[in-house]
Amino acid sequence: MDLVEYQGKQYFARYGVPISAGRVADTVDEALAAADDVGYPVVVKAQVQVGGRGKAGGVKLAADRAEVELHASNILGLDIKGHIVKRLWIEHATDIAKEYYASFTLDRASRNHLAMVSARGGIDIEQVADESPEAIARLQIDPLDGLDQQAALQLVTDAGLDAEALEQAAQILVQLYRCYIEGDADLVEVNPLVLTTDGRVHALDAKVTLDDDAAFRHPEWSEIEAIGHVDQREQLAKEKGLNYIGLNGTVGIIANGAGLAMSTLDVVNQVGGSAANFLDIGGGANAEVMANALEVINTDPNVQVILVNIFGGIVRCDEVAQGILDALERVELSSPIVIRLDGTNSKQARTMLEDHRSGRLVPELTMLGAAKRAVEIAGGRS
Amino acid sequence: MSIFVDEHTRVVVQGLTGSQGRFHGLRNRAYGTKVVAGVTPGKGGQDVEGIPIYNDVADAVAREGADASFVAVPPGGAADAVLAAAEAGIRLVVCITEHIPAKDEALLWARLRRDFPRTRLVGPNCPGVISPGKCNIGITSGDIALPGGPVGIVSRSGTLTYQALHELSQQGVGQTTCVGIGGDPVPGTTFVDVLRGFQADPETRAIMMIGEIGGDGEERAAEYIRNEMTKPVVAYIAGVTAPEGRKMGHAGAIVSGSKGTAKAKMEALAAAGVTVARNPTEAGELMVSVVRALSGKWSADQPRL
Repeated sequence: MDLVEYQGKQYFARYGVPISAGRVADTVDEALAAADDVGYPVVVKAQVQVGGRGKAGGVKLAADRAEVELHASNILGLDIKGHIVKRLWIEHATDIAKEYYASFTLDRASRNHLAMVSARGGIDIEQVADESPEAIARLQIDPLDGLDQQAALQLVTDAGLDAEALEQAAQILVQLYRCYIEGDADLVEVNPLVLTTDGRVHALDAKVTLDDDAAFRHPEWSEIEAIGHVDQREQLAKEKGLNYIGLNGTVGIIANGAGLAMSTLDVVNQVGGSAANFLDIGGGANAEVMANALEVINTDPNVQVILVNIFGGIVRCDEVAQGILDALERVELSSPIVIRLDGTNSKQARTMLEDHRSGRLVPELTMLGAAKRAVEIAGGRS
Repeated sequence: MSIFVDEHTRVVVQGLTGSQGRFHGLRNRAYGTKVVAGVTPGKGGQDVEGIPIYNDVADAVAREGADASFVAVPPGGAADAVLAAAEAGIRLVVCITEHIPAKDEALLWARLRRDFPRTRLVGPNCPGVISPGKCNIGITSGDIALPGGPVGIVSRSGTLTYQALHELSQQGVGQTTCVGIGGDPVPGTTFVDVLRGFQADPETRAIMMIGEIGGDGEERAAEYIRNEMTKPVVAYIAGVTAPEGRKMGHAGAIVSGSKGTAKAKMEALAAAGVTVARNPTEAGELMVSVVRALSGKWSADQPRL
């Protein structure tokens, strides 16, 4: 789960990471009240799950009430790369002397945690990494050792932070590491981490991605609101417990296993089509799951054809075929369905499907053949 | 020969009394695997269809001579179960558990690395290890595998592994061992670990490798193949069309920016001399033709093929 800025900052605050005083606002009136509360000047910031807010006019400095009113009314409802702004974060403005960068994430190559700190924050860190990798100090952290103040101090010193910022920055790193570990975040990133003109260090932005697999030990996460862009199809799929990602193509996809589902997207693409979604129904593929999957795909108006690609390992193909036939009695599809079943008991399964072959139900032998057939049908109808 | 497991491997199933453990543990036994014990704390003294249950792994090791473990316990307890196996001296732990928090996986790996370097963890979130005709630990269906080699399979994906086994078996091409390393960000066993095993195994003559987007395991494999491997490798990478920044099922399968893309992985492998297939069907076909080409040279000293 990706948090928007203010949620990330509130998450930081739980672990003692200093942030600017701020409040959320969903209306102009709330924005004015928030600004009065945190003290002028303030920054009015759009809370959307997308980069480039500043360039799009989603971040404005306001010196007084009149400016807050102007900017809040302009930013609320603004379309930033397809994300409509519905919530603002009103924050007391900071006098910035220096901008740094700090983050924690997993280093998959070394199977350790990785801290990265740079004195060149405030801009695209990937660009810094490409152009001058030496400007980013890195520290591998063995999870058994953790990060102490001394190691953190060494890291911020190596990164070339200003002398007056070192102690505070090291302290913040230790707090951020706790947030990353105890907070079960896949990523915590602060860009920029600022040194103010009066010599204080704090987080001016927050990027936090929580590890969904750890939700069972974080009851407090249930209070975090899903902000902004919610794909209706994904919402429905989530309610039905399906692993679904909405895309923009015309071939609706159902497969068992994440690898096979990804592979199905690729093959559809190779034969000139485009997938409307990624949908992994997992190892078991019974009628219930299949009906749910078909129902979700059926709500997508872009879908011209549905491609079912199942490999029966543990689950037998004849059971899957029966599941599909049962599901088709429960869900009236608006598109034809192409089905490829392979693996255990695939012969029986194919015989069962052949008995129902029609223009609306097309069994195919191979994954490639099924993808070709599906793309042909999608093309023919669009 | 095979890698990691063989016909002598004695398996303890941690979580044998649970639904997953029971289902797959009994399937593994029915395949011919020596499933000698189960472990469920508090249920020692019971049995599951004749398989004795112990309270801890150490007992299963002492009483039944278990040397490998199959961990089929829920995510909250899986990391502790793996450690318990390592502490009991188990040398191979196969963990199929999905959705273990990343922090738990990282900590588990750090413990194994520091305190139990001789214990190999395969997984988590993997289909397991099968050496056809000898031993099957995990959730792979034994029916789709064919004994006798000469192909070794290593894969990050479950269903694509089954697909690969099936396609080779259908063509009469057997497998020495098939290892599913799993799709999680902190795997206990990497592509390179398995490739090293296959390179050293005289019966494995060719390797099929199935990767996917995310991480740099495939790139590291490419480096190893270029520098150390003499056996032919056919690879397939899933996720060419995956949208950036979205997780696709496996926690590991995420693309951010330019790193970890399928394209980068395919290029690295091709540059290392690997035959890279564009789809799973093609991977199967290419592997079969590689094996057919080998078998001409091979039949003199290996009459089994």
